[in-house]
Amino acid sequence: MANLTFKDFKSDQEVRWCPGCGDHAVLAALQRALPKVSQALNYEKERYVVVSGIGCSSRLPYYMDTYGFHSIHGRATAISTGIKVANPTLTVWQACGDGDALAIGGNHFIHAIRRNIDINIILFNNQIYGLTKGQYSPTSKLGAITKTSPYGTIEHPFNPGSVVLGAKGTFFARSLDSELKLNEEIMTQAALHDGCSVMEMLTNCVIFNDGTHKAISDPAVRADRTIVLHHGERMIYGKNRDKGLTFDGRQIRSVTIGENGVTEDDILIHDAHSDFIGLHMALADMKDDLPVALGVIRDVKDITYDDGVREQVKDVMRNSRIHCMDDLLRSGSTWEVK
Amino acid sequence: MKHKIIDAKDVVIRFAGDSGDGMQLTGSLFADMSAIYGNELSTFPDYPAEIRAPHGTVSGVSGFQVHIGSQDINTPGDFCDLLVAMNPAALKANAKWCKPTAMILVDEDAFDDAGMKKAGFKTANPFEELHVEDRALIIAQITTLTKESLKDSGLDAKSIAKCKNMFTLGMACYIYSRPLEYIYKYLEKKFSKKHPEMIAPNKKVLNDGFNYAANIQAIPNTYTVAPAKLKKGLYRNMTGNQATAWGLLAASEKSHLPLFCGSYPITPATAILEELAIHKSLGAKTLQAEDEIAGICTAIGASFAGNLAVTTTSGPGLSLKSEAMGLAVMAELPLVVVDVQRGGPSTGLPTKTEQTDLFQALYGRNGECPMVVMASHSPANCFDAAFYASKIALEHMTPVLLLSEGFLGNGSEPWLIPSMSDYPEIKPPFATGVFHDSDRFKPFERDPETLVRKWAVPGMKGYEHRVGGLEKNHDGVLSTDPENHALMVAEREAKVQKIADFIPELKVEGAASGKVLIVGWGGTYGHLFSAYNVLKEDGKEVSFAHFDYIKPLPKNTEAVLSSFEKVIVCELNSGMFVNYLRGIFPGIDFKQFNKVQGQPFLVQELVDAISKEL
Repeated sequence: MANLTFKDFKSDQEVRWCPGCGDHAVLAALQRALPKVSQALNYEKERYVVVSGIGCSSRLPYYMDTYGFHSIHGRATAISTGIKVANPTLTVWQACGDGDALAIGGNHFIHAIRRNIDINIILFNNQIYGLTKGQYSPTSKLGAITKTSPYGTIEHPFNPGSVVLGAKGTFFARSLDSELKLNEEIMTQAALHDGCSVMEMLTNCVIFNDGTHKAISDPAVRADRTIVLHHGERMIYGKNRDKGLTFDGRQIRSVTIGENGVTEDDILIHDAHSDFIGLHMALADMKDDLPVALGVIRDVKDITYDDGVREQVKDVMRNSRIHCMDDLLRSGSTWEVK
Repeated sequence: MKHKIIDAKDVVIRFAGDSGDGMQLTGSLFADMSAIYGNELSTFPDYPAEIRAPHGTVSGVSGFQVHIGSQDINTPGDFCDLLVAMNPAALKANAKWCKPTAMILVDEDAFDDAGMKKAGFKTANPFEELHVEDRALIIAQITTLTKESLKDSGLDAKSIAKCKNMFTLGMACYIYSRPLEYIYKYLEKKFSKKHPEMIAPNKKVLNDGFNYAANIQAIPNTYTVAPAKLKKGLYRNMTGNQATAWGLLAASEKSHLPLFCGSYPITPATAILEELAIHKSLGAKTLQAEDEIAGICTAIGASFAGNLAVTTTSGPGLSLKSEAMGLAVMAELPLVVVDVQRGGPSTGLPTKTEQTDLFQALYGRNGECPMVVMASHSPANCFDAAFYASKIALEHMTPVLLLSEGFLGNGSEPWLIPSMSDYPEIKPPFATGVFHDSDRFKPFERDPETLVRKWAVPGMKGYEHRVGGLEKNHDGVLSTDPENHALMVAEREAKVQKIADFIPELKVEGAASGKVLIVGWGGTYGHLFSAYNVLKEDGKEVSFAHFDYIKPLPKNTEAVLSSFEKVIVCELNSGMFVNYLRGIFPGIDFKQFNKVQGQPFLVQELVDAISKEL
């Protein structure tokens, strides 16, 4: 039985993120989650591979004492895919930023989700290009003033959750960098999920985009502006735990328990395993008067690409008459010269 | 006119028609049948980029040339002895490939006003217009005769029309005294499952074509081409792309590592991915990626995880893979990148052949980024080339770029089937030993002799380490130290150059020194070797050396090249290899002969060009 602690996952490399960067907390959550994953699934440390692309968050593999691959901009998802197909017994974790996953690597990202390859993607979303010192990203808010948008962006941002679920993702969770306990929980659930798990971590870049998530992350408003979803539990939130969400078949509404005859029984129960992706999409896209959903929004079972590859190879091996190169070389149309 | 049966040493037949006329199939059948009959042969499909180009136009003509002989055949032949032209456009596009003594077989039914107009003929006599009126013309109403042959078959008009290539094949079989049994067997196999009703009509029309040719007086002579004196053994016909795929599979077996191929479909390389996708029974995993970049990146991931990793592509795809090739160089991971070259730049001439990716292969990456560059030299040689490319990649922990060409990938030749016991084991340098707390695996520590690092793959306990695109020191720790960078740059290059100790020396055909050395690389081998033979038989003082290894060059390269007064480098580009050699051997006076038309060399033009230097 693997008996690992967070120390086993800490490398000897000095962590070089800026003081106050949200990435520190996500790293800490991962280092705390993996021992639990090992406990639950009996994974030895050498089975972990941490892959990343390019960007601040992509330095993460150097800080993990596991096998690691710090690759090139946007391509982490393709590299992770290759690793998992080549050796499905490995457990693959990927760190990537909003630019890495949704701009330069957008193609690989959606296709990994479409294939449902069993990898765990932590998407650090700070809505800015940090390592290149402050240009807008595909998740920057419309109108954001950055070095490459001095008059404000004129592009609509991606909501990563909508992209993931639009590609029929089987696992999507969202959290704030500072929610250490929730993040550990999300990461553990992602590891238990067979298929492509995407965890969006709303991280703060103290240098180039400080406070970008403040409207929901500020302790003063957080309880009212966010809702933490747990499978099987009612969608109740608010400082006083008196707000809840209802769904009338068309629209999600925020209601107050005790007002207008609303009781707790009227509040929706979160079903992360439901096949009905429409409600998950609506939950992932809540904004304006509705709280931003955190926690595991969707977690459904489906066949995985890596299992499919393995099964097909096994099947063909069983049914084929060709078992080695010499068999192949002599198969089909040949003729003898005597 | 008295009919004669002539014993020919070799003949060239060119089948040409609309891109939907089935000429590729007709040509392949003729080739396969001749192979089984015992001839030496070489084939050259020459087809348009469009699947069904505008009907009846010159741009939509699809051709398949096959060269059969009773002795060594190294090329598909420059000019043909029989041109089969299924319509006026096919005649127009191919008349220039007819020998002065050639026969031209046409489907008269297609030579109506509309067909002539579409092909752009200005007069009523296409043969005169193309100056081939003096050739032996065999003008047959192939469409009408096919309809007549199959009128009681119960087939619909469309299916009947599709059989006219079989009528034509029957006529060609008569002209070259080919037995029909092989084609019968092929038809039975092809149609037995889904369309058994098509077997009898196809056989009938093939036979009727054969008999028709025998009965008309228009065919001056028929020919026999005796079986070649081939080495004893079991043979099969191989295309270059198939051979490449099989060579990779062979390397997987000999290295005991599963094969992983991440690729994106691209002409003319796609057939390699298709072929590998079939052979899951040998454990091959193929991933049709979302793009070229994902093709190579999934392969790099698979390599990191311990597979024999491959990506296959053609020129434009190679451009897209450049950054990732750099990553493989930096991470020092084994990887085989197969580039089946086509005409460029950009989309260029997707179905035509060139050797114009050489500079991209050697230099097309950012930073100082050395990769092994190799080339296949014939369709069957693609097997060995892919095998040894994999062996070098795995044993020297380096990406290897294997250059093939459209001409090789689509072309075919008979191949004496080897036994896997003829091939060496492949032994990757896996890390061994136990580490203690303070002592960690150092991923970029090198073997002092070969400069090769050790390979530790995820799953190996105690060897956890990180690789990536950032510069590192031998311990695997990030470093921007100036001396370390200079050292690592030098070591990566030296590691590749040291592979010269493990590859065969350059072979010279003919005298080891003298007046003129013909030099080539890659898929021009057959044409250059034939030109060398022609010159030699002519009593000319020439030798010939062909490069399979481009980076590193064989160790004796300078010794060979400097033994000749003149070195003529012939290649299907504007002079890439010759300029590479000039940079390395500034003291040698290189001449060059180049062609960039999307077509292979002609033996005759090589003979003429080389003769000028003699």
